[in-house]
Amino acid sequence: MYAIFGDNGAGKSTLLRVICGLARPTAGTIHIFGSRERSDFTARLGYMGHAPLLYDEMTGMENLRYFAGLYGIGDNARCQQAIVAVGLDPALTRHVGEYSQGMRQRLSLARAAIHDPEILLLDEPFSNLDPGSARAMGRLVAEMRDRSKTILVVTHQAAHLADIADESLWMAAGRIAAWERGITAADRAAASAVLS
Amino acid sequence: MSSLAAVTASNLRKDLRLEWRSKDAVNAMLFFALLVVVIFSFAFDPTAEESRQIAGGLVWVAFLFAAIVALNQAWMRELRNQVLDAYRVSPAPANALFLGKALGNFLFICAVEALLMPLFVVFYNLRSVGPAWQLVPVFLLGTWALVVVGTFFAAISLHTRSREVMLPLILFPISIPALLGMVEATTMVLTGIETPAFWISLLVVYDVVFTTVCLLLFETVLHAE
Repeated sequence: MYAIFGDNGAGKSTLLRVICGLARPTAGTIHIFGSRERSDFTARLGYMGHAPLLYDEMTGMENLRYFAGLYGIGDNARCQQAIVAVGLDPALTRHVGEYSQGMRQRLSLARAAIHDPEILLLDEPFSNLDPGSARAMGRLVAEMRDRSKTILVVTHQAAHLADIADESLWMAAGRIAAWERGITAADRAAASAVLS
Repeated sequence: MSSLAAVTASNLRKDLRLEWRSKDAVNAMLFFALLVVVIFSFAFDPTAEESRQIAGGLVWVAFLFAAIVALNQAWMRELRNQVLDAYRVSPAPANALFLGKALGNFLFICAVEALLMPLFVVFYNLRSVGPAWQLVPVFLLGTWALVVVGTFFAAISLHTRSREVMLPLILFPISIPALLGMVEATTMVLTGIETPAFWISLLVVYDVVFTTVCLLLFETVLHAE
């Protein structure tokens, strides 16, 4: 798992968007699984954006069934497993627009991982979450890492990844300014300073 | 890899479900077209013969403006919560999104037309002199012509600042041949003076050409930044 830090505007979210094909690089090329062709690897990537990327007027299960269908997954049981895995109730009839921020973030993570991708790109998964929900999100991300997934997490909240991130990257002006193993106390302090 | 038909059906179901719950597009279209019918009926007091002459134009102007409302709404749903990004990062075919959206819009506009046509008949005292069944292909082909081009241009105008204004500006000029076909064919059926075969053929050609072009170009539009 890679934790990506940096000031606002450093290019963290842009990096994730370029990797998953939502933005084009102004220079250079991206090779994923040895290929530059987006169609070769798009089904092997999962992307959780800053926005939830969910339909407010549909229930959690309806959202998951729709997005699973985009990956050729018509298995209802798999959607139920995915929703249970993030701690939500598949029978919940409330529309996503009525969910709390924490529930939306967890459902968004379930949507990003519904097709069991090898690489997960998570953009600010802890933003706007209360401490309890953020810890729960941290546990979910850790579980995914333990299932041998490569995870890139953009965040300002280093503390939530302190025990689970393998590498940390600092970005500045669109470039990687520093790269180190784990997350140090200095990283946490600096990331908190950016947040504040 | 998801098949085109399966994902198209999934997109259509999703759009029908969202519209059923919000009724944003259908309500807005109904009220708009109803207002046009009522206002025009106050503005003109035509005889039965005059009604047959002008009804084709009135009907299609009302439906054209009402369709703009639906077309703008259709893509707005995909912008909320940036849901379109989730589609763009998936391996699902771009054309499935376009076809699902176009079919959804087609059904919404057809529903509004079916509800409002009886009102047109009553308000304008319309009696068709020609074979009225010919209006069915004219309306189906005409509505598809509006929808397919409108859905495509609505997607193009998604990222422009004044998209509500931009859509009619780019849609109306390119719809002129279809609009001409719809109005002329409808008037011919109502007046019974000539057969509308030429105009129906024009609508068929327009639909085939623009559906093909939109399908060929939509992937580029979807992945444009």
